[in-house]
Amino acid sequence: MKKLITMSLNGETHEIAILPYRSLLDVLRQDLGLTGTKKGCDVGDCGACTVIMNGKAVNACLVLGVEANGAQIETIEGLAEITANGYKLHPLQESFLEYGAAQCGFCTPGMIMAAKSLLDENPHPTEAEVRFAIAGNICRCTGFSKIVEAIVHAGNGE
Amino acid sequence: MRRFEYIEPVTLDEAVALLGEHSGKASLLAGGTDLLVEIKEHLREPDYVINIKKIEGLHTLTYNDKDGLIIGSLTTVREVEKSTDVNEKYAGLAQAASALGSIQVRNRATVAGNICRASPSADTLPPLIADGAAVKLFGRDGERVLLLEEFFTGPGKTQMAADEILVEIAVPPPSPHTGKAYIKHGRRKAMELATVGVAVTLTLDSGDICSDVRIVLGAVAPTPIRALKAEAVLRGKVVDERVIEEAAVRARAESRPISDVRSSASYRREMVYVQSRRALGLAFNRARGII
Repeated sequence: MKKLITMSLNGETHEIAILPYRSLLDVLRQDLGLTGTKKGCDVGDCGACTVIMNGKAVNACLVLGVEANGAQIETIEGLAEITANGYKLHPLQESFLEYGAAQCGFCTPGMIMAAKSLLDENPHPTEAEVRFAIAGNICRCTGFSKIVEAIVHAGNGE
Repeated sequence: MRRFEYIEPVTLDEAVALLGEHSGKASLLAGGTDLLVEIKEHLREPDYVINIKKIEGLHTLTYNDKDGLIIGSLTTVREVEKSTDVNEKYAGLAQAASALGSIQVRNRATVAGNICRASPSADTLPPLIADGAAVKLFGRDGERVLLLEEFFTGPGKTQMAADEILVEIAVPPPSPHTGKAYIKHGRRKAMELATVGVAVTLTLDSGDICSDVRIVLGAVAPTPIRALKAEAVLRGKVVDERVIEEAAVRARAESRPISDVRSSASYRREMVYVQSRRALGLAFNRARGII
């Protein structure tokens, strides 16, 4: 039987009826059309599905959609700021572009959400702290160097 | 995912009644970082998933010098990892918490869940046992308290009854001049199951004499085990490199690892020696206040 849940998603309230045996990842991607969050392994090993739930980075594949009732969820789609004449990228997004931190881009949303969670708590992390913070995010393409540089740079600010 | 009914009890009594009513067909959901994986991989197939996160009073983390550390069953591994009290007084547990999974997993996973899943390689178990932790269980007939050291009966098996819920973990306050350490040996720095885990809690008397020590090995037996013969080498002796070496050699002999996808038995045995030596050295320096 479906359960009606209410969640705040990137600042907007959503009410949705979902079956309990569906992950938050599937609900975001299929029911809410937010495909920025990726399904890599679906078992919490790769971090591609990282979202921020109630201020904490989590693997959306290991959260049931119904567990998000009453929660605040931030996904990659919510990072850029909508402005009068378009949008303004988040400093992490700017940094990833500047440093060439994406190749195929599949790990990128998860990486950026993990990095945002780090910067929310520790605005100026060291390289070691960045590497520790993204230890739950796997990248097959880049060898991680540019990703780490981009996050350190975003933390150092303008 | 295989279909299930989802229930959110608001009291422990309600949760226990549900476990009894759906005996054998229900699983408790706290962090979900083991349960959901097991459901997706068809290792567990509950018809009922009972989310206990709405029950009040279980999400606590307190320390005082009389009662020690009390960890509620809904407290996450990340909260334990970041706790000042844990880092100052239970350094082994803090190290173990930071080594578990990834930040994303730790933000959901609970220490209680780590205990109940009872994996032989679980990270929080050796330091908790080394610190003499006990667990409080709540069931139909009320509460009971069990020593964690006696709690595990086999891989994935504990003394918990099917309709009991773990509500709290209590760890005694540390004695003065006590140093603690946990070293996880694995193929990678994160997102890994320990191939060997060593926890040490070491207490010194005046003159660097070891008045008490507990060495607990993870991932090298069906359950976490105390290396009693290794401990006996140290107790009552002045701690130095030679004595630590001898204890580490004994610990290696006491381990009973298997070969599996992660590591061979012989390599694990060797790493018990290496990491016991290191964990003993680390705990010793911490006991002396050097680090």
